[in-house]
Amino acid sequence: MLALTVNGEPMDVPFGTSVAGLLALIGLAAKKVAVERNLEIVPRSLYGDILLSARDQIEIVHFVGGG
Amino acid sequence: MDTIMADKDHWTVAGRSFASRLVVGTGKYKDLETTAAAIEASGAEMVTVAVRRVNLSDRNAPMLQDFVSPQRYTYLPNTAGCFTADEAVRTLRLAREAGGWNLVKLEVLGPPPTLYPDMAATLVAAEALIKDGFEVMVYCADDPVAAKRLEDMGCVAIMPLGAPIGSGLGVQNPLMIQKIIEQSKVPVLVDAGVGTAYDATFAMELGCDAVLVNSAIAMAQDPVLMARAMKAGVEAGRLAFRAGRIPRLGFASASSPMTGLIR
Repeated sequence: MLALTVNGEPMDVPFGTSVAGLLALIGLAAKKVAVERNLEIVPRSLYGDILLSARDQIEIVHFVGGG
Repeated sequence: MDTIMADKDHWTVAGRSFASRLVVGTGKYKDLETTAAAIEASGAEMVTVAVRRVNLSDRNAPMLQDFVSPQRYTYLPNTAGCFTADEAVRTLRLAREAGGWNLVKLEVLGPPPTLYPDMAATLVAAEALIKDGFEVMVYCADDPVAAKRLEDMGCVAIMPLGAPIGSGLGVQNPLMIQKIIEQSKVPVLVDAGVGTAYDATFAMELGCDAVLVNSAIAMAQDPVLMARAMKAGVEAGRLAFRAGRIPRLGFASASSPMTGLIR
């Protein structure tokens, strides 16, 4: 397993998990979120291609109410 | 259709044209159903939104996008909660990826109790965002010097506060808001401080291009009704501005003829 940090929380995922795979594991629709990996934006078109590494710091954000 | 309804009195920011001069925030509502109903009633075409972490422990929580469609409304992502240029750039890069557009609202706030715009930090963040390709609508102090600097830097809209965020005090410094309007070639929006419909009317009568309202609608006892009131208030203010108000006189001027009186 790979030990990641996702939105500040520890999370273990199987080796070979892509960004798309991570979103699927969590149960999130890719088109409603944005993902940052180690402070770099992951373009949505690459979600399926980019494989996660141990200790990756992942941020998954979406739009919420705000002024 | 009368001439008022027929004429197109749109305003334009960063190449996008809008008929509604009321921009609304989506924060502070009791639930997303009320958010959607109030925004619908407001007639707004542009809405501000914040960017936050997805709640991983409650992944079935309803999402704003399911209630306020980004296809129907222009989302204006903000930098609320960011206190440095780096944080603002990071947040809005994520927003750009989530939404796919460059139009953003920059706000860098000072500490409570005023949450007054931190202009030194705002200027630094604006520069960084513009360099990164963003079209920046900037929340700022009622300060014509800072506003001019932001415009010269390339901000696409200047958004001075009417009063502190959520205070509902209305436009506290109309003279300086007017000076900002007079000097600006980009749209000027009063952002923050509106408490009720006549505050929005007053801001529009000063000659603002649009008004941004969140708390006054979201926190009203009936947000949907207040959204309608704000829509009417903004429209009234805009029409009055275009019509040209009468001068203020220090004496009476009779409305009825003083000739032809029966004797």
